[in-house]
Amino acid sequence: MRPDTHDTAARNSGAQASAALEVAVLVSVGRHPVTGRARRADQDARGVELALALSEARVTLLHAGSLDEESESAMRGYLGMGLPALTLVEQPPGADVVPALADTLSDAQPQLVIAGERAEQGEGSGMLPYLLAERLGWPLVSGLAAVEKVENGVATLLQALPRGQRRRLQVRLPAIVSVDAAAAAARQSAFGPARRGEIEVQPAAVEWDEAQAEWSVAPARKRPKRLKIVKAASARDRFKAAAAKAEGAGGQVLTDVTPEQGAEAILKLLKEEGVLR
Amino acid sequence: MSEIIRRDPRKEWIARNRLHPDHLSVLAELGEGSSAATEWMGPNGVVRRNPHAVGFIGPNGIKRIDRSGVQQGGHAATGTAEAKDSRRQVTIDDPAFLVAVVPDLPGGRLSSHDRDLLGLARQLADADGERPGAVLAVIFGSTNGEGFSEAGIDRLIALDGDDFDGYAPEARLAALAAVDGEFSPRHWLLPDSKLGGAELGRRLAARLRERPATGVWQLERDDACALGWRCTARGAAGTTDIQRTLPRIVLALAECAEPVSETRHAVQALALSQSLPPLLGRIDDLGQVAVDPAGVALAEAEFILSAGNGVKEWEGFHQAAKVLGATEGASRVAVDDGYMPRDRQVGATGTWVTARVYVAVGISGAIQHLQGIQSCEKVVAINLDPGCDMIKRADLAVIGDSASILASLVEMVQRLREERRDAA
Repeated sequence: MRPDTHDTAARNSGAQASAALEVAVLVSVGRHPVTGRARRADQDARGVELALALSEARVTLLHAGSLDEESESAMRGYLGMGLPALTLVEQPPGADVVPALADTLSDAQPQLVIAGERAEQGEGSGMLPYLLAERLGWPLVSGLAAVEKVENGVATLLQALPRGQRRRLQVRLPAIVSVDAAAAAARQSAFGPARRGEIEVQPAAVEWDEAQAEWSVAPARKRPKRLKIVKAASARDRFKAAAAKAEGAGGQVLTDVTPEQGAEAILKLLKEEGVLR
Repeated sequence: MSEIIRRDPRKEWIARNRLHPDHLSVLAELGEGSSAATEWMGPNGVVRRNPHAVGFIGPNGIKRIDRSGVQQGGHAATGTAEAKDSRRQVTIDDPAFLVAVVPDLPGGRLSSHDRDLLGLARQLADADGERPGAVLAVIFGSTNGEGFSEAGIDRLIALDGDDFDGYAPEARLAALAAVDGEFSPRHWLLPDSKLGGAELGRRLAARLRERPATGVWQLERDDACALGWRCTARGAAGTTDIQRTLPRIVLALAECAEPVSETRHAVQALALSQSLPPLLGRIDDLGQVAVDPAGVALAEAEFILSAGNGVKEWEGFHQAAKVLGATEGASRVAVDDGYMPRDRQVGATGTWVTARVYVAVGISGAIQHLQGIQSCEKVVAINLDPGCDMIKRADLAVIGDSASILASLVEMVQRLREERRDAA
C-alpha cells in the first residue's frame, strides 16, 4: 500500500532483490462511455498507477494494436502519467493479440504483469490475463486493490472483495495480476510528458480471430426489467402481494427475556451468518 | 358404471333449503365429509357452489369471510399444505446430457444470481421434452443444502475440504477440470459475478481451451448453431450487445433467466471416481484484512448496526458498532435530531442498503425505512414496542431495553474474542 514505509534494512534487501523488478503493464485503448472517443482505459490506467506506486520497479508499458490517430492519443494518455516510452506490438484490427503478447512477454521475462480486468472496446470478455497466464504457466491473481510489497520473489497483494472487504494474498513471481476498480485512481495525464513520450513500434506475427467475424454487434439494448410474478391462488394473496408492506417469513420474537438472553440470541445469529470477525 | 353421475333430487332439494332440519348433514354428505359443503359436483357435471356456507360467524354475530384460509380450521390448513406441495417432483434417471453449474454460494446459500443461473440451466436441459438433460451443480465448501431441490438441481457434486477454503482458484480449477474429464457436461454455466464465478469461469475456459461467452443475458433456440442455441451477451464493458452462437462455457449475468418455481428436483449426490491429485499452490491466502467499517460505503456494507429514535445512549451504540465491526446506519429521526450524519441515513430518502445482516436498534420501521432495507437478508430488531412494523419484518426480534442488550452483546463478543485469543 505505502512503499515508503519500509524500514531501511528492508529497502536495502529490497534494492538487491527488486533492482531487477521488471513490471510490465498491459494497456489498451479505452472508450469514453458518453462521447465514445478513444481514451486511456480506466482500469488499465489504475494498473499503471499501481506499477508507479511500487518502489524500485522498472515499469514498461505494452500495448498490442495498430497505430492510428485515435489509439495514439489514448497511448499518449498513459505516457503522460510519467513514463518515457511505450512498446506497441503491432497488430491489425481483428487479430488475436494473445499469441503476440505471450511471445513478447516470454521474451522480456518481466517479474510482474499488470492488466486491467477487461477492455472497453471489442468483445471485452476479460479473458486476456487468463489466457496469458495459461500460456505462460504463471499464477494469476484477479481483482487487485494494491501491491503491499515485493520481497525475495514473493509479492504480497491486497485483493478487493465485494462489499468493500480486502484479502491479503502472497504469490510467487513471475505472476500476472488484474486490477479491480477499487484500486487507487489513476493520476492525471500531463500534456508535456505525453507529447515527449516515445512509442516504440515492434512488429509481430499476426493470428486472425475468425470467430468474431460471425457475430453481430449492436449498441447495448436496455435490458427488460424483471416483472414481479405473483403466483397466488386466492385474490387476497394477490392483493396482499401488490399492496402490503414487506414482511419477513414469520420471524422469531423474544419477549420477556433478560438482556443477556436477548444478546445471546443475537450473537448466535451473527455467528451463523459469519459477520463477526 | 361408477362414472355415471347419479342424482338424488330429494337430497339436492334439502341442500338448497337452508331451513330444512337435515340441511347441514346433507350438505356435509354432498361435500364429502367437510363440515359444510361449499362446492359439489352438480348432476350435469357442473360444479355448484353454496355461497351461504362460505365463512364463519364472527364474535359479534356477523358473518366473516377470510380468504387467507388461516381462520377456517382444518379445511383451510389442508389447503395451504396443498399449496406448498403443489410443485411437481421431477426425477431424471437417465439424462441425455449434463448441464454443469457452479454457483457462487455466498455464505453457503444460493444467491438470487445462482437461482437465475439454475433457471437458465433448466431451460437448456429441458428444451427437448423427449430427451431431457440433468442439471449438475458443483459446489465448494460446506452448505446446508437448503433450497437446492426447489432451485432445480438434479445432480450434485459437493467438494468439501481445506483445499477449497478461502481463495483457492487453482484447487477449484483442478477440481472442475476433473469433473469435466469425468462427466463431460454439454454446457458449463457460471455466474459472471465478483463473488468468484467470473474468475473461476474464465480460468476454466482458459484451461479447457474453449472460448466462453461472457456477460450473457439472453438465450434463444437456433438449430443452425452447434449446440442448438444462440445467445446475446454484453461486450465492450457493457456498451454493446453481441449476438453469437452459444459456446460450451457461459458466464451469465444476473436475471439471465427466471428461477425455477414450479418443480422440485432430486438432488442426487455424485462423486468423482478418483481423488484429486495434490496440488502445489502458488498463491497463499493470508486471510481477510480488517477494514475500517466506517470507511465502507453504506450501500455495500455487509453488516449494519442502525440506530433510531429508541436509542438514548449514543456512546454505547458507537462502542457496540466498533466492537462488532459493523457499519453504522441511522433512521431519519436520528439524523434529523443531529445524532448521526446525513450520509448514514437508511431508507427511501437516504441509502438503499444491501446488507446481509441488518440490526435495527430502536427503529420502529416507517415504510420509507423498510423500503430501504428491502434487499437485506437477515434483519434483527431490538425494540421496546412489540407491535411495531420492524418486528414484523425482522427475522429475529428482541423486545427490551436496547442499551442494556447492546451492552451485554458487546460484553459477550469481547469475551468470545478473548477466549479465542487465549486458545490461539
